Amino acid sequence: MSDTTTDSKSPLLIDRVVIRFAGDSGDGMQLAGDRFTTTSALLGNDLATFPDFPAEIRAPAGTLAGVSAFQVHISDHAISTPGDSPNVLVAMNPAALRANIDALPKGATLIANVDAFDERSLTKAGYDSNPLGDGSLSAFTVYEVPMTSITTEVSRDAGVKPRDAERSKNFFALGLICWLYTRPIEATLQWIEERYASKPLVQEANKRAFKAGFHFGETAELFESSYEVRPASLAPGEYVNVTGNTAVAWGLIAASERSGLPLFLGTYPITPASDILHELSKHKQFGVRTFQAEDEISGIGAALGAAFGGALGVTTTSGPGVDLKSETLGLAISLELPLVLLDIQRGGPSTGLPTKTEQADLLHAMYGRHGEAPLPIVAARTPSHCFEAAIEAVRIAVKYRTPVILLSDGYLANGSEPWRIPDIDGLPLIDPGFASQPNHDEADGKRTFWPYVRDDETLARPWAPPGLAGLEHRIGGLEKADGSGNVSYDGANHERMTRLRAAKIAGIASDIPPTDVDDEDGAEVLVVGWGSTFGAISAGVQRVRARGHRVAHAHLVHLNPFPADLGHVLGRYPRVLVPEVNLGQLSRLIRAEFLVDAVSFTQVQGVPFRAAAMETAILEQIAVAGNGATSPSPGTTPIGAGAGTSTEGTG
Amino acid sequence: MTDLAERSANGTEGGSPVPATTRKDWSSDQEVRWCPGCGDYSILAAVQMLMPDLGVRRENTVFLSGIGCAARFPYYMNTYGMHSIHGRAPAIATGLATTRPDLDVWVVSGDGDALSIGGNHLIHALRRNVNITILVFNNQIYGLTKGQYSPTSEVAKVTKSTPFGSLEQPFNPLSLALGAEAGFVARTHDMDRKHMMETFRRANAHKGASFVEIYQNCNVFNDGAFEQITGKDHRTDMLIPLVHGEPIRFGPQGEHGVVMQRDGSVEVVEVVEVGESALLVHDEHRDNPGLAFQLSRLSRGPYEPTPIGVLRDVDRPEYGEGMAEQIETAVERRGVGDLHALLRSGSTWTVT
Repeated sequence: MSDTTTDSKSPLLIDRVVIRFAGDSGDGMQLAGDRFTTTSALLGNDLATFPDFPAEIRAPAGTLAGVSAFQVHISDHAISTPGDSPNVLVAMNPAALRANIDALPKGATLIANVDAFDERSLTKAGYDSNPLGDGSLSAFTVYEVPMTSITTEVSRDAGVKPRDAERSKNFFALGLICWLYTRPIEATLQWIEERYASKPLVQEANKRAFKAGFHFGETAELFESSYEVRPASLAPGEYVNVTGNTAVAWGLIAASERSGLPLFLGTYPITPASDILHELSKHKQFGVRTFQAEDEISGIGAALGAAFGGALGVTTTSGPGVDLKSETLGLAISLELPLVLLDIQRGGPSTGLPTKTEQADLLHAMYGRHGEAPLPIVAARTPSHCFEAAIEAVRIAVKYRTPVILLSDGYLANGSEPWRIPDIDGLPLIDPGFASQPNHDEADGKRTFWPYVRDDETLARPWAPPGLAGLEHRIGGLEKADGSGNVSYDGANHERMTRLRAAKIAGIASDIPPTDVDDEDGAEVLVVGWGSTFGAISAGVQRVRARGHRVAHAHLVHLNPFPADLGHVLGRYPRVLVPEVNLGQLSRLIRAEFLVDAVSFTQVQGVPFRAAAMETAILEQIAVAGNGATSPSPGTTPIGAGAGTSTEGTG
Repeated sequence: MTDLAERSANGTEGGSPVPATTRKDWSSDQEVRWCPGCGDYSILAAVQMLMPDLGVRRENTVFLSGIGCAARFPYYMNTYGMHSIHGRAPAIATGLATTRPDLDVWVVSGDGDALSIGGNHLIHALRRNVNITILVFNNQIYGLTKGQYSPTSEVAKVTKSTPFGSLEQPFNPLSLALGAEAGFVARTHDMDRKHMMETFRRANAHKGASFVEIYQNCNVFNDGAFEQITGKDHRTDMLIPLVHGEPIRFGPQGEHGVVMQRDGSVEVVEVVEVGESALLVHDEHRDNPGLAFQLSRLSRGPYEPTPIGVLRDVDRPEYGEGMAEQIETAVERRGVGDLHALLRSGSTWTVT
C-alpha cells in the first residue's frame, strides 16, 4: 500500500490494498468479503479473492477452529494474486485475531470488534491477556470499534430482537470498510433489499448496520483518512466478476450451446465442487438436466449413460469422489464415449482438507485407473479461465470420443476475479459428428455398422446414439475386436486396441496450441506451472523482473498430452523450476517424459503460494544458473519447513 | 439444442408405422455363450419372442447390463446395447432414460449384480421411478466367478466361499423392491415362457421403474434351486398365480388359497376350510404396498408355495418426465436460454 497523495481532506490515493475479513464461521465474513468484492469490481478495480473457511458449518463459536476469512486484493493495475499478506485485518473476535495475526505484516491496520474481546472470548481464543490492551499489537495501527453494540443499538427501534440484530454486524464491518476505501453504498443497499425481500426485519437490520458502519467511519474521527483505489486500466470491454465454479458452469452451458448437445450433469454433492451443481441447476431454460445421484459412482454412471444417448455427459467431484469415479472412467475409455469429469481438487488423502486447496490429483488423473487407460487432462489456471477450460475439455471429449478430466481446485473454485465477457460468436463450435449411416461392407455385400471403425486423422470411433435404424450396436467393457467392436479375447487384438487407444490420446498433441511461454531474451530459468499457481508464479516472475533479472514462465493448460513443442521449449533453458501445491507431480512427469533436470518447488498447506515465496525460489534458480552450477545439492526438505525447493526424488 | 429424439423414427410425428418383425430380427449375430442348459437361454428366447409384439422399433430399444452371466444379454439382442460394469447399470440407465424419453430402456441384471454390488443404484432407481424395465435373473449363486454364495443364497448354503455354510440372511428381492418404493414389482420363472412373456410385457408397459425377479436355474453351480416349485410336476401345487381382481388360489382344482390374518400377515389355507369368500382378492393397484409386501414374504424360500405374477402395479410420477417438465417450465417462464444474458447475470461493468 503506497501513498501517492497526502491531502488530508480528500481520500488518500493508493494503488492497491489487501483486506482480510475474519470472524466466526457464522459471522457472515464470506458474505461481507463477497459484497466488498462486487462493489470494487463495479468500480473498475482489478481484483483477486481468497475465501478461506473451515470444513465445519458452525465450529464451536469463538474458537480458532471456527474462524472463517475472506481476503480480497483490489488494485488500480493488473494483479494476479489475492495478495501475500493483508494490509488491513478486520477481526470480529479474539479467535479471528489470533488465527490471522501471524499473517499481518508490521505497520498493517487492524480493525477489531472491541465488543467481542471479553474475558470469555479471550479465553476461548487462548489469550491470557487482552491483546488490545497489553501492548502486544504495538507493531500495528489498531482501531477498536464497538461493532456489536452499535449494530444492536441502531436496530433497537426497528422491532428486531437484539440477538437477531447483532447478526448484522458483518454489514457494519462491510459499511466501515466501504467508507475507508471510498466505495459507494447504493449497490449494496439495493442488494440487501433484494436478497432479504422476504424477511423485512432482517433486511432493515442489515441496512441499518451497513449504513451505521459507513457513517461511523465518516463521523467517529477515529481514522485519519479514507483511501481510494482508482479503477485499473483493464482492456476495454464488458466485465463481470466470476468465481471458478461459476465460470466452469457457464463454460459447460456455452459448450452445450456451441455443440448442440443437451447438457446432463450427474453428480454427488462434495466440497468444493457442489457450487457447480447449484449453478447449473438454476439454468434449466438451457435444457440443462442436473441429477443429484445416490453416490459418486452413480453420478458419473448416469453422465456416461446420457453420453451414450447423445448428450453432453458431465460429472463434478473432488477428493475421495475422484477415486470412486475411476471405475467408470475406465469404462468410458473402453467405450470411447465423450465424458467430462471436473475435479475440483482439495487437500488429501482421504477426507483430507475439504475446504482447502491442493493440486495433488494430477498423477491420479494421469494414472489412477487399472490397465492402460490414458485420457486427456486439461487444467484451468485462474477463476475466469475455468470458462475457457471447460469448453476446451468438452471440445476434446467430443472430438476424440474420450473422457476428459478437467482439473480445477478449491482456490480457483471459490476465488474470483474480473472477467472480460467474451464474444459468444468467437467461442469454438463443437461438431458432435454423430454417425448417420452404416460404415462397413460385410462379405455378403450387406452394409452394416461397426462401432470401432476409426477416423484416420483423429483415431476417434463413430458416436452413434440409439435412434437410427441400421446402426444398432453393442458396446461394453470387455475388450473389443478392432473395427467390429465384438467381444475379443485375442491377445494380438488387445495389443492393437491398447496401442490405438494410447495413440488416439497422444495424437491430440497436434490439435492443441504450442506451449504458451512468457519469455524474455536471455532468460536462463524457465518456471513451468499448471493450474492455480498461475497467479503466484506470474506475480513472482514480475517481482524478479522488477529486480532486473530475466526469467521465463510457461503455464500448461494441457497436461495430457503435453503440447507438442514442450520438450523443445524445456531444452532452451539451463534451469527449469516447477512450483506445485503437491509434492512434485508435474515435475515427475516432465522428468520422465523429457529427461529434464526439473527442480521441484512445493508446498502443501492448503493455501496458494505467496508471490514472495515464488520470487525467492526463482531468484535461487537464477543464482544457480548464473554460477554455472548444475544443480543445488540435493537436500531433504525439513518436515514442517513449509514451502521447500528440492530436486526431484527428495521432495 | 439437438433433439436426439428427432433423429429417431419414434420421435417423428406421423412417421412410418413400426415395421413387422420376427424373433430373428431381434437376435444379434453373436453366438450365445451361456453354459448349455442354463436358464438364461429361455429368458432370452422369451424376450426375443416378445419384442415383435410390443410395437417398438429395434433402433429405439436399448438393453443395458452390468457384470455377471446375465449381463451378457445385450450382446445377443439386435438393438442398441451396453455391457457395462458391475452393479452400475441402473445408474447408467438413469442418465440414458432421462435424457432420451423416446427410448425403451431395459436393464438386465443378476442377484449379485443388482442386490450386492449394485444394491444402492437399484434401490435409488426404483425410488426415483426412472422409466426403465429391470429384469433380475435370480439364481441364488455367483455363476461367472464359479460358485460363491450370493445375497439371495439361503442360510447355511455350502459353496466354494462358504465351506462351513453361509451365515447370511438372504435378501427377499421383491420385499426389497417394495421397500424401495417400486411402483411395479413382479416375479416369474425360467420354466414358463408364456408367463415370462406376459410378465415382461406388463413390466415394459408400466411407466416408471419396473422390477421383475426371474427365478433362473444355474445348472452348473446351483442346479435345481427352484425345482421344488417350478418343476413341471410341482408347479400347480407350489406356484400361486396372482391375477388382479381374482381371489388368490392355486392347486389342481384351486383347492388352496391365501387369506389375510388379523395381524395383516397372509397365509396359505385350504379353501374348503375357510370358504371361498374368505380368500384374499388380489389388487395390484393398491396404493399401500403393505399387502404386496406380505405376499412377497408368503414363502420363505423356493420350497414353499410361492406367489408369481404381478404383486404391485401403481402409477407414480416418472422421474425423467419430471425433469423434462422442469425444463419446459423454465423455458416458459424465462424463454429459451440466452447465453449472452447468462454471462451478464452478475453485476457487470464496462471499461472503455
